[in-house]
Amino acid sequence: MADLENNIVLQMNHIMKIYSNGVVANEDVSLDLVKGEIHALLGENGAGKSTLMKVLFGLESPDQGEIVLNGQATTIKSPQDAISKGIGMVHQHFMLVPSLTVAENIILGVEPRKNGVFIDMDQAVSAAAEIAEKYNFDLDVKAKVEEIPVGLKQKVEILKALYRGADILILDEPTAVLTPQETEELFIQLEKLKADGHTIIFISHKLDEIKRICDRATIMRSGRSMGTYQVKDITTEEMSRLMVGRDVVLTFDDKKPAQVSDVKIQVKNLSVRNGQGVLKVDDLSFELRGGEILGVAGVEGNGQSELIDTLTGLNKHYKGVIEFKGQDIAKSSIKDIRELKVAHIPEDRMVSGCAGNLNILENMFSNQYTDSEFSGKILLKLKRITERTEELIKEYLVKCKSYKQNVGMLSGGNIQKVIVAREFSTGPDIIIANQPTRGVDVGASEFIRRRLLEFRDAGCAVLLISADLNEVFSLSDRLAAMYKGKFAGLFDDVSKVTEAELGQYMLGLKHQEEQGA
Amino acid sequence: MLSTIFSADFFSAILRCTTPILFAALAASVAQKSGICNMALEGIMLFCALFGVLFTSVTGNFLTGLILTMIAGGLIGMLLAFFVLNLKTDEILAAIAINLIAEGGTVLLMLAVSGDRGSSTSISSFSAPTIAIPLIKDIPVIGNLISGHNLMVYLALIAVVIMHIFLYKTPFGLKIRAVGENKNAAESVGISSRKIQYVALILSGVLASMGGFFMSGGYMNMFTTGMVSGRGYSALAASAMGGNNPIGAFAVSLLFGASQALSNVMQLTEIPYQLVQMLPYLVVLIGLGVYSYSVMKRRQSLAGK
Repeated sequence: MADLENNIVLQMNHIMKIYSNGVVANEDVSLDLVKGEIHALLGENGAGKSTLMKVLFGLESPDQGEIVLNGQATTIKSPQDAISKGIGMVHQHFMLVPSLTVAENIILGVEPRKNGVFIDMDQAVSAAAEIAEKYNFDLDVKAKVEEIPVGLKQKVEILKALYRGADILILDEPTAVLTPQETEELFIQLEKLKADGHTIIFISHKLDEIKRICDRATIMRSGRSMGTYQVKDITTEEMSRLMVGRDVVLTFDDKKPAQVSDVKIQVKNLSVRNGQGVLKVDDLSFELRGGEILGVAGVEGNGQSELIDTLTGLNKHYKGVIEFKGQDIAKSSIKDIRELKVAHIPEDRMVSGCAGNLNILENMFSNQYTDSEFSGKILLKLKRITERTEELIKEYLVKCKSYKQNVGMLSGGNIQKVIVAREFSTGPDIIIANQPTRGVDVGASEFIRRRLLEFRDAGCAVLLISADLNEVFSLSDRLAAMYKGKFAGLFDDVSKVTEAELGQYMLGLKHQEEQGA
Repeated sequence: MLSTIFSADFFSAILRCTTPILFAALAASVAQKSGICNMALEGIMLFCALFGVLFTSVTGNFLTGLILTMIAGGLIGMLLAFFVLNLKTDEILAAIAINLIAEGGTVLLMLAVSGDRGSSTSISSFSAPTIAIPLIKDIPVIGNLISGHNLMVYLALIAVVIMHIFLYKTPFGLKIRAVGENKNAAESVGISSRKIQYVALILSGVLASMGGFFMSGGYMNMFTTGMVSGRGYSALAASAMGGNNPIGAFAVSLLFGASQALSNVMQLTEIPYQLVQMLPYLVVLIGLGVYSYSVMKRRQSLAGK
């Protein structure tokens, strides 16, 4: 990159964005892109990365600042406008229509026609296949999107952007849902795109990936840019410090050995199908004892959600036996299950974790309002409830104005803390945690993980499902890789398995013989 | 009675009873595919049943009357779209409002025009003509089955094919399905979901208006108060049971139409007519029950229970 100045394709200068609720998302942020580089945009959740990219992709208009594209000042009014200017975005949550085919998704909005009125499906299929081949993406363009795995869905998203002629490609946390092998494959393809002259913005907070693939990195912290660095000139420790502002504990070295007690969860030959009749949990058996954490790693959609829904009583259609503390739960309502001291941290906090329009107090007591400590025969004991809520807010470090604030107004990490506080305050014996730290900032994640360890040390059985390999590795006493509804691998000693090896089990490349867990 | 049922006349009665439900079911499916439940079908049909009488009477010609009625139906669909998409009204509440306005508004309008609040007998309107298909009508047995129906009956059948092609073979249909299934995905590739849903609701209104037109200009030859009597709601059920696609909606509409025809025939028997008139609605209820039960059973059997 000798003549760096001449090759600048995009500059975002002094971007300022203040949301209507007064949150300053971007404060004087500048970013420039050199043609043919992979540029990392690094920062914690809520650091303003997404806002900056929304500005670039025309989803938000900046309050101040300018965008210079190929040397000319420009405004980007809408995603359509961005696409026509050669900017494509691959969103973290895929923007695909499940019941349509890969080809239909790729051509959606720019359909080739025959006779002026009909979609030329043959042309669409061949165009999609052609572009897939050009960039060496191996996928069946006639397959329905709902039937292909996550890794391929992401490729469809990238192809969608390329089909529309994107020169600048924004990838929003592309590796969050991928296994190590799929990530590696993505990197090879990104390098090919780079060699082909495409410029890529790579949003992430995984430092090793940035080290591995990116040329330069712009680091953001609480709405401000902490500078742009040549990746080869900066260490991961320095990046981490710039990103978080302090050193972060990524492992729990002080973890005590597990003191296992009796069996708390016993699952025998469990099979579950989803609404479409697809077998999602396939003859699964395992047991979980008090005082240990069983981590379940797996690519999304391999039956984790169905397993959790069935264990917590949300889904009652299953084959097999589930026993909590020796009691069969086939006929138990969710309330009965909770009375067995089972706590559940759901996967999607906004959908099944909390009621966004209710305040913190109301959310914190949604699982205990019948408890005689908090409720009389007719009226709630609001004074006692308020005291307890305030204690919990302090104990769980929930950042809020008061307990009267609506939960939906809090940041993701604080909402998760409210849910965790609610679930843990009942003194559970069994904790079922599904993605407990997804989309939660580093500080809150560390807090939640430490809590899980404390409960384990107190004799609680913890089932931890997570897509974050770092998390399952640092917390679990035993570790399972879930693939197509089965445990493809179950490891009693976490230290004997590497991330790459686990990844192979998650992808179904390797299988262990069923062991009587 | 059996001899009545196995006659060409009864077959023709089934088609006649199916037609209004079919138009409305197609209207329901196109709206549903775009992600909106158009419960205002009932009101649109009722309005358009009266408009059909008024417009054909004023223009003295059924075709211009039909076209004006279709425009009116499209406008009501657009009104619903405006409330739902621009003002963010709840789609069900907006639909209920339209249905209630139709219930009272049609009576008021008819009273103002004809001085009669029960039916439009004093207005001389024009119905859609009956079509005798050349050559085919002369074929024995089949000729009577295929030829000799009301124009609107043929239009409804053609509409099934057109709607199927529209939804599954054209770029616009693809966009409607994409918006209905994942609005964000459609928006992300530059499709304006609002524009798509507007068009879908207008189209839905036009289709429903044709069903309404047929009620007073084919099924009967005048407008009577409340004559749509739940066909718009039945059509919603037909569309849902048919998987919200035109072919499926057609199959279920045929079932509902047949039960309506049967009910009409049975009114001539000894059975109290109030009981007989319940039949079509009973079929809808049972149909929905069976449908839901089968969905549930399938889930259970899949789960291995």
